[in-house]
Amino acid sequence: MFKLLLMCIMLTASAASANINVNIAYFEITRPAPPVLSNLDPIPVDLGLSGARLGISDNQTTGKFLGQDYTLEAFIVDHDQDPMPAFDKALTFADYILVNVTADQLLDLADTPSAQGKILFNIAAQDGHLRDQQCRSNVLHTIPSYAMRADALMQSLLKKRWTDVALIYGTFPTDRAFADAVRGSIKKFGLRLRSEKEWVFDADMRRTASSEIPIFTQGFKDHDVLIVADEVHDFGRYVAYNTWLARPIAGSEGLRPLAWDRTVEQWGAAQLQSRFDKLGTRSMKDQDYAAWTAVRVIGEAVTRTTSADPNVLRGYIFSDDFKLAGFKGRPLSFRTWNGQLRQPIPVVSENALVSQAPLDGFLHQRNELDTLGLDLAESQCTEFKDQK
Amino acid sequence: MKKIALLACLIASPAFAAEIWVTNEKDDSISVIDVDTLEVTRTIPTGERPRGITFSQDYSLVYVCASDSDTVQVIDVATGKILHNLPSGEDPEQFALHPNNRHLYIANEDDAITTVVDTVDRKVIAQIDVGVEPEGMAISPDGKIAITTSETTNMAHWIDTETHQLFANTLVDARPRHAEFVNNGTELWVSSEIGGTITIFDVATQTEKTKISFDVKGVHPDRIQPVGFKLTQDQKTAFVALGPSNHIAVVDVASFTVTDYILVGRRVWHMTFSPDNSLLFTTNGVSGDVTVIDVAAQKALKSIKVGRYPWGAATKP
Repeated sequence: MFKLLLMCIMLTASAASANINVNIAYFEITRPAPPVLSNLDPIPVDLGLSGARLGISDNQTTGKFLGQDYTLEAFIVDHDQDPMPAFDKALTFADYILVNVTADQLLDLADTPSAQGKILFNIAAQDGHLRDQQCRSNVLHTIPSYAMRADALMQSLLKKRWTDVALIYGTFPTDRAFADAVRGSIKKFGLRLRSEKEWVFDADMRRTASSEIPIFTQGFKDHDVLIVADEVHDFGRYVAYNTWLARPIAGSEGLRPLAWDRTVEQWGAAQLQSRFDKLGTRSMKDQDYAAWTAVRVIGEAVTRTTSADPNVLRGYIFSDDFKLAGFKGRPLSFRTWNGQLRQPIPVVSENALVSQAPLDGFLHQRNELDTLGLDLAESQCTEFKDQK
Repeated sequence: MKKIALLACLIASPAFAAEIWVTNEKDDSISVIDVDTLEVTRTIPTGERPRGITFSQDYSLVYVCASDSDTVQVIDVATGKILHNLPSGEDPEQFALHPNNRHLYIANEDDAITTVVDTVDRKVIAQIDVGVEPEGMAISPDGKIAITTSETTNMAHWIDTETHQLFANTLVDARPRHAEFVNNGTELWVSSEIGGTITIFDVATQTEKTKISFDVKGVHPDRIQPVGFKLTQDQKTAFVALGPSNHIAVVDVASFTVTDYILVGRRVWHMTFSPDNSLLFTTNGVSGDVTVIDVAAQKALKSIKVGRYPWGAATKP
């Protein structure tokens, strides 16, 4: 099958001059969705993969004028299977692998001997340690970190002078990780955390939200805004309009800092949205955008360097010349200290873009985008030293 | 002086006062500005999301890209009535009228296609595959070359207007938005919004000659995003809209150097000159107004409130 595919590529591309064939692998370990209270919003099965497919289609349209051909192959493993055989296949197929896995799984994959010299694009794991002491030189992150999202939200709250914050967080690791990022960001921007509480109820909120949430939030010291860290979207949707005090909700629900959302339309984003909408029946989400971006990073680097060599591409990606147009109003580039893609973070409500971080007034000596997430001075990552 | 001219105009024939027509992307309308009074005299309804706008050579017709209506509308200039819609391909954004006054070259942003439409027969005569999100359109003064720029593919596509085939594809910096032939068609200028540059090509060889970069004091380079630009009739000076930096750059064409920056409204898109080239009108998307610039003094004179998200602008003498 694989041989046949290669032959096809060679045949189709042979007409153009200076042929370059680029294989890109998409690797996913499916995660069982945790049980949540509402059945309204199931997690799409093609989350991430559809973004990669759109990226390939964009790369192909460009590549056909330059004799460059891009092939995407997906390697998807069930969470209860050994991922390594499939990952080895992905590594044989491509030098560039988009990985849609958890942080722990990502570290295992990145440390595989045969993955050295390859470039893995993290399109899902937002954990801070992957950009810090646990960074890996062969992993670039196109998904923003929890810290970048939390910082974007804090900038938006500061702009409104909503400086007093209360926090509710869930019990899942992702909820806690986001809550940790929120606490860090509250400190970083000088807001005040007035009260916090873990959500440990196990009742079905569809029947009892109106009676339980007011009591749950009654003891909170006065605050301007209530942040909900519920990354699995379990209880958070029942918080709004049921709190003891009339306060806006932000975080995982309400006013949300995201990598991407259907409400993003400025900066030509409407075109990207409409191309994505044509692929299927749903709107583009964070992981789709992270996957699309990763594929476009590869495409842009191949186009500019006319090379498919990962070392050449890596050099270009970390150079000052690399500027990716990502429909967020500013050129996107990589942080040379930890491989994170710097990018604006839209802060959105249900039906509109509310603000886009970095907000005016949050200044930085190098790049305002670096007011979001782990900055050079704080990062303990040393794996990217040769990139500085 | 201007007053006398104005009076003379009024007495002679008020119908022939020069006008600036501005498309309002989020109001589905055109605002018509009187060049003498600098006021909006009428507002003309259009199809959905009007963007590119250009007049026929005798100024009796105006063509408007109604992007979300997937059509190019032909409007009677005297009455403001929509006469008919042209087949344009999906999501037309910008276009250029061939010197034959008959063929419109249209960039179909959603479809990676350039469509050529015969405005007399009202028929599509060719569709050419180009890069992702085609946007800028230009036609050489001799009518032999059409250019489409594609925003996500980052190229200028060179189309032979005889055969409707691509004969060159040249890379430019990220997100090219606008193209113009300069110096009697010997140079092609292409602006790159995210790259922050204008690339200048030698048309004979389709090779890059040089690049112009911009540097506005107090504005981060990321926010300096060249989009629309226009040259004075004598081709000595270019004015370049720098998007969210809210400035227009003034460029000396002979030396490719920036000589000045003029503060205008928010997210400046496109522009057009008054017929005598003494005034420049810029569309400012976010602030919903048009800035009037005194070309000789290189100073902003006035801002005129138009519709929501003004985008394109064209001059009727």
